[in-house]
Amino acid sequence: MAYQKVAIVGAGITKFVRRAQETGKELAFQASKMALDSCGMTIDDIESVSLGTAPDAFDGVHMKGEYLSDGSGGWRKPYMRQFVGGGTGVFAPIHGWLHVASGMFDTCLVVCSEKMSSCYPHPQGAFKTIFDHTTEQALDPTLIWIFALEMNRFMSTYGITKEEIAQVSVKNKKNAMDHPAAQLPMEITVDDVMNSETLAWPVNRLDISPASDGAAAIVLASEHASKRITDKPVWIDGVGWNLDTAYWATRDLSYPRYVEKAARMAYDMAGVVEPKREIEIAEPYDPFDYKELHHMEGLQLADRGKAVEMLLDGVTQRDGDRPMCPSGGALGVGNPIAATGLMKVIEIFLQLRGEAGKRQVPGSPRCGLAQAWGDLMQVGTVVVLRR
Amino acid sequence: MELDKKELGATHYKESALKEGKLLSLAKQPKLQYAWDNGPAIGRYLEELKEGRIIARKCNKCRRIMIPPRMFCELCWRPTDEWVYVKDTGKVNTFSICYVNWDASRIKKGDKPHLPAVIEIDGASEGMGILHVLGEVEPEKIKIGMKVKAAWKKPEEREGAITDILYFKPVRG
Amino acid sequence: MREKVAIAGIGYTAFTSVSPGSSYRELTYEAAVKAYDEAGIEPKDVDSFICTSEDFLEGYSISDEYCNDQLGAVLKPAQTIPGDFIHSLAVGMMHVLTERFDIVVVQALSKASNMKTIPEMINFALDPVLNRPLDITAYMVAGLEMNRFLAEERATRKQCAAVVVKNKANALLNPVAAYGARVSIDHVLDSEPIAEPVCLLDVAPYADGAVVMVLCSEKLAPSLSDRPVWINGVGWSSDSPTLESREWTDAVAVRLAGDMAYKMAGIACPAKDVDLAEVNDEISFKELQHLEALRLFDPGQAGKATEDGRTSPGGTLPVNVSGGGLGVGHLFECSGAQKVLELVLQLRGEAGERQVSDASVGLAQAWRGIPSTSAAVAILSN
Repeated sequence: MAYQKVAIVGAGITKFVRRAQETGKELAFQASKMALDSCGMTIDDIESVSLGTAPDAFDGVHMKGEYLSDGSGGWRKPYMRQFVGGGTGVFAPIHGWLHVASGMFDTCLVVCSEKMSSCYPHPQGAFKTIFDHTTEQALDPTLIWIFALEMNRFMSTYGITKEEIAQVSVKNKKNAMDHPAAQLPMEITVDDVMNSETLAWPVNRLDISPASDGAAAIVLASEHASKRITDKPVWIDGVGWNLDTAYWATRDLSYPRYVEKAARMAYDMAGVVEPKREIEIAEPYDPFDYKELHHMEGLQLADRGKAVEMLLDGVTQRDGDRPMCPSGGALGVGNPIAATGLMKVIEIFLQLRGEAGKRQVPGSPRCGLAQAWGDLMQVGTVVVLRR
Repeated sequence: MELDKKELGATHYKESALKEGKLLSLAKQPKLQYAWDNGPAIGRYLEELKEGRIIARKCNKCRRIMIPPRMFCELCWRPTDEWVYVKDTGKVNTFSICYVNWDASRIKKGDKPHLPAVIEIDGASEGMGILHVLGEVEPEKIKIGMKVKAAWKKPEEREGAITDILYFKPVRG
Repeated sequence: MREKVAIAGIGYTAFTSVSPGSSYRELTYEAAVKAYDEAGIEPKDVDSFICTSEDFLEGYSISDEYCNDQLGAVLKPAQTIPGDFIHSLAVGMMHVLTERFDIVVVQALSKASNMKTIPEMINFALDPVLNRPLDITAYMVAGLEMNRFLAEERATRKQCAAVVVKNKANALLNPVAAYGARVSIDHVLDSEPIAEPVCLLDVAPYADGAVVMVLCSEKLAPSLSDRPVWINGVGWSSDSPTLESREWTDAVAVRLAGDMAYKMAGIACPAKDVDLAEVNDEISFKELQHLEALRLFDPGQAGKATEDGRTSPGGTLPVNVSGGGLGVGHLFECSGAQKVLELVLQLRGEAGERQVSDASVGLAQAWRGIPSTSAAVAILSN
């Protein structure tokens, strides 16, 4: 007997904003309610709830999953939180998939909520304690360091320039102009990116996604349950995740092996043999612009060091042959960590259903992928979706 | 379904609303403290730093000399075998020139930028790096692959911490 | 019929008040080596790793980062559950039931001795706007709950103290328990008040330790273990997190988690079908409240049963034979692991001096501690 097939049948999202008046609970509620409404369900139809949310230090609440449980619809239900750092948002449908594919539940509400602004004055401060407490924190590291170090290594390994990488930011912020939830939709040029404030060379202000508040939610159903709910299910055909060593400074920073392993796990399950041909549309995680390229290579959607060529040739534009981050990504829509990954899943869901509105890519794609990344350059999470 | 901005939740406010008291808020800083047990590997690592030396552990199966040292080889899944002193020199695997502090505040005007780097330590296995910072170098002169050497605190000022090495500086000549 | 899931290997450290010789890495490594050895596997044979941790407990913002090296899980599917070990065990079970994972590993760790500001940390689990400004502390929440339980005449103060006497005595027979002791009811009642009616000896003291378990499919079980213990059912649930609107007398989440697990395990009459139970006893009265929520005793009867020795070793339903949290130590997210561990030892007949005779079905229950309302239950058999 094989596992139960699992469908995404509904989705909801809040706007992504720098500071939301709503609490994390209320954001979770808004997204969850919208997801249920979108498929004509109520919380009573939901058998289990899975929450994804990033560090407790953002909210200043210990056991944040407990605090968010009522807003997430977890009241008196089997409710559980998962957490794989920045990879959490795309691990969310995977965790939900486990609930339903196991046959233990027929429905699962998957919620990701993030309220970064509670960490004041800037959520960046919460990231100091992601570094090793004894061998690294004494150096007063910031999160941007590891990105800058990785970006530099990526650029020097393949001879890629900052100007080339900046085009990812230009593309994604422009794509976000058509996303109703977007925090930073912009029409900018490569020069704008190059001239924006240098934070940690080679990283400039416009190379980075913003800190955000926001939430997203999806409803999962087993095959037989989905028939009662929708005639447009989108199937979770492949799931993959992978965690590399915590000794990040010993790794080859130019290539994300963990993303490759996660992708191969998902492709194997989905029966994807030639990802370059079969994955028609993708939402790789883009908290920094170079990361989109880095991840495309890990995902086997581009050869090593060659993703930049697809970018420069326009292949990854929304109307190109292989659209990447048609939503606008973390760079354009915003980056409320866990909610971002789920926003990407929702984008593929809408694109495959032909419901992406002004963002709809041409060619009625049948197979797409969402991916997130997290921890200390360490974790990859991948889902392959088909209609 | 299609997303419609009018129907999406989350209400944005500006930071000024907080500062002007138009939006009420409460602030509290957690006073959390931890005293992490180092264990034998990191414990010895810190003791040796205090003496001005860098020590690693070797796995006799994969032959890797690992820094920071560890009591088990995470790849071979077995206890590591011996202590090995490595040099206090190395080469820059990658670096950044950073103008913001850990809490996202901008460094003060005129202050030198932070210079974090991954340093591959000589004597450890190929690619074995640690996070540290660079010093005594003009930022624009830093290159990947550059040879560097540890600049130590004075012996009486060392406390058994990674900061007993002040920074790594270029090896001249 | 659902496929069965086996626990094919266990590894654990001693549970101790401090563990200065090992970092969190070495503690988990020690447990993992033993577990893999028992099941005759290597990390490369494992299809997925599930770790249990909560940021503020570890003192890391993303504790997931530091979970895998010591499990041999580099470049493997690994995830972190900020819950109790029994939540993670449920996730492990889900993996195997999808039939895409044959061997999974579940881990939990407590380094409580490294947390130097535990009261401040637990207070940070309270609502930041509604509760914290009142200087409400977590132990006050325990006091509120216990007082309500006593006021409803669900147990007497002495019956609660009898739980402490029993569990600390049980722990004397458990070689890995940190807080075994012979205490009397008067010792408990006369101990320093913390948040009345809760006194010092009513509270489980903190301990360090690590537990790793290897789960596998029914198909693989014979090749990994000659004495597999089966997970027949799991359940988990959460009640309202707010202090203002929660149910104070009854542990509703425990009841719901128990009912889910019973249904999965096909248990119709828990009081008859369960041979021994390891339930959360972080505060003395919690054992009684939880036993009743789990339908192992009628409301108001668990205290009486404890007084009468029916929950003692040799009684009709031995409860916390291991010593429980009060005797072994409060292990935070590893608490449920210690309970499942005890069941595995008992169901294999390896519990030594504290072996319960003829045990074939055991129940382990976790609660995520003050001020949470989340619970998880596992039902095991041999």
